[in-house]
Amino acid sequence: MSESDSKDTPEQAEFRQHCRDWLCDNTPAEPSFRLPISALEIMTEEQLKYLKDWQKSAYDAGLVGCDYPVEYGGGGRTNCQRIANEEMHRAKTPYMPNIIGLGMAAPTLLHHGQEELKKHLLPRLLSGEDIWCQGFSEPGSGSDLASVQTFAQRDGDAWIINGHKVWTSLAHFAAWMIILLRTDKTEKHGGLSYFVVPISSALGQGVTVKPLIKMTGETGFNEVLFEDLPVNDGLRLGGLGQGWQVATTTLLHERDAGELVTPRSGGMKNAASHNADTANLIDLARKTQYNGKPAVQDPLLRDRIMQQLIRETGLQENQRRARVPALLEHPARLQLQNKLLRSEIAQETAALALEVAGASASLYLGDENAPAGGQWPLAYMSTYGNTIAAGTSEVQRNILGERVLSLAKSK
Amino acid sequence: MAQPDDYGFSEEAALLKYSARKFFKSNFPTDKLQKMVADNPDSARVQISNWDKALWQQLLELGWTLLAVPESADGLGLPAVAVAGLVEEVGRAAFPCPLLATLNTTYVLAACGESANGALREIAEGTTATLALTNRAGSWQPEDTEVVASEGKLNGTAYFVQDAGKVDKFLVCARKGTGHSLYWVATDAPGITVHADAIVDLTRDQAHVDFADVEADQVCEDGLKALGQAFPAICTMLAADVIGAAEWQLQTTAEYARTRTQFDRPIGFFQAVKHPLVDVMIQIDEAKSLVYNAACAIDHEPKRAAEYAHMAKASASETAAFASSRSVQFHGGIGYTWECYVQLYFKRQKHSQMLWGDAAWHRGRLADIVLGKVS
Repeated sequence: MSESDSKDTPEQAEFRQHCRDWLCDNTPAEPSFRLPISALEIMTEEQLKYLKDWQKSAYDAGLVGCDYPVEYGGGGRTNCQRIANEEMHRAKTPYMPNIIGLGMAAPTLLHHGQEELKKHLLPRLLSGEDIWCQGFSEPGSGSDLASVQTFAQRDGDAWIINGHKVWTSLAHFAAWMIILLRTDKTEKHGGLSYFVVPISSALGQGVTVKPLIKMTGETGFNEVLFEDLPVNDGLRLGGLGQGWQVATTTLLHERDAGELVTPRSGGMKNAASHNADTANLIDLARKTQYNGKPAVQDPLLRDRIMQQLIRETGLQENQRRARVPALLEHPARLQLQNKLLRSEIAQETAALALEVAGASASLYLGDENAPAGGQWPLAYMSTYGNTIAAGTSEVQRNILGERVLSLAKSK
Repeated sequence: MAQPDDYGFSEEAALLKYSARKFFKSNFPTDKLQKMVADNPDSARVQISNWDKALWQQLLELGWTLLAVPESADGLGLPAVAVAGLVEEVGRAAFPCPLLATLNTTYVLAACGESANGALREIAEGTTATLALTNRAGSWQPEDTEVVASEGKLNGTAYFVQDAGKVDKFLVCARKGTGHSLYWVATDAPGITVHADAIVDLTRDQAHVDFADVEADQVCEDGLKALGQAFPAICTMLAADVIGAAEWQLQTTAEYARTRTQFDRPIGFFQAVKHPLVDVMIQIDEAKSLVYNAACAIDHEPKRAAEYAHMAKASASETAAFASSRSVQFHGGIGYTWECYVQLYFKRQKHSQMLWGDAAWHRGRLADIVLGKVS
């Protein structure tokens, strides 16, 4: 028995054993090529195929979508996804490629989709056969998401879409997009509707995907242009003008605060996967000389490394305490902090690693003398993706102040 | 041994915690605290311990001091998570009483073995007590004690003795030969002089205590071992008190930010106020999660209890400082006055922040465990 499994229900315990048995024989070997830091930076077909094969085999074994109803391709279990996630991490599997689909599109479809749509789309989403992307942000609509301008014009039973979405991770591989559209220009929030739209099948026929290059030098996110793309009304999720409410479901899950646990695997050690966590930071501090001694012996660095360890442990314990209602002051208070804390703590840890590395922090990917292969500068820069995407840290603090402390709304 | 996912925080523990909250809400509102402890702002006032003995007597009768006493000494032997839940509420009410001091003493006595069973039974019967082991420089390492034991008599002075004016007994750490032993003695025993310190915190009292040829009962030969074993519980319970008090500071300041209007808006509208208040909440939550993790380790994973207790107290000390600073600042001019209640918690938190080690001290000890000592 380990920490996590001592309180399993009988169903969870049996399922955990199933996961362990299957993972024992089916955890894939490391690939011969480099994998990027996360699914959001997948660049090649080779990387995509390896990761899609992994998701499909895990899905076929029942480890993905276990808590989704059977009629939508799920496992029909109760509170078992967390168990599968824990076991996949323990087995050090690769991560899932369909991260936007699993984390955001699937719960939104499940809550708001029509029956036919759910039966058609969810099984292929869960298995990873269809990759999904998210069309929320626009060049003029970032933190003020409800100001989106991409417009759907009514045309009989269909809609004609024109506009410009941006920061769209995985769009270059995506079959489908969840999209927030303006159907009425006279009302801000009430003028929004939520759709799913085809991407890969409409390329060159109303959809153009253009890659953007990140400050790290990686690709992975895109601009998506819509020019007179016709979309059937049956692809709408929720009522006309209800797009903001539907988007709330997406955003809650994106920020780890939704009711469904996202299928998530990972843990595989890879030359290019380097978590910005204190275990890796301490490893670096042991190997690095600082003022003529190992950095791990420097009193100021020791103090700062402990500050990071304490915060990281505090976040882990928050997630545990969120499951103990008797120790909560407000039902959403801890969940709404998850995304903010995860991204900011990782950013501070990576920043400290660069200080520990000293002059060697100047060495990047491809330099043979770079500590940890140059992964720390990459990890540090990558953390800005997380403190900006899915609602900036500033927006998260507004949400916490307004929803939990009932302070006056910014708008 | 593994920790249970829910910290072992039982229904009984929740009942204890929330009935304590209710009790303080009805019997000890903050205006009562202010009237009781802040009647005289003159710093030259005589140091007296202002507390509601009658209310404390009710809590004694409810059995609060025997919660942590092992069943073998006629106590209730409740897990540390349940005790922490209660202490959080005492901190939230900033209730002046010798509960923490008595709990600390209880955890040390429980680590002494059979020789301390008599003293534990006294606590189970309602005796209150505090630890006397800190030196003039305020060292939290008990081997630095200035009290010496020879031929069964104590001599020297113990400093920074918590709630000395409220308790019946001292548990003294004294140097004996090459080792350190623990002694159990009544606070009014012949040869003892208690000098009340003039302290910032109005909700506690503190003293330095002179021992001159004091006859005392030795209850533990290897005192440092027992103190070391109990230290995680001492830090964790104080951290629980801190997060309770910090939650009061957060809720009180948020309420003010919702109602105080400037520039035609409640001040909580402004992100210069909103965002730091959220950061106070974030710090409280991290510290609180670390407190229950540490308490659960005391109950289920004693090998890691010290490590987790250092994390909890380091985090709680930072929280105490930040929540206090923002509570006064965001109350503006009124927050700077004696009549505003935030001063009471500000001062209690400043005391708690350094008591039993401040954040940097605990991180230093944590680093020794996690990274190894510096050669």
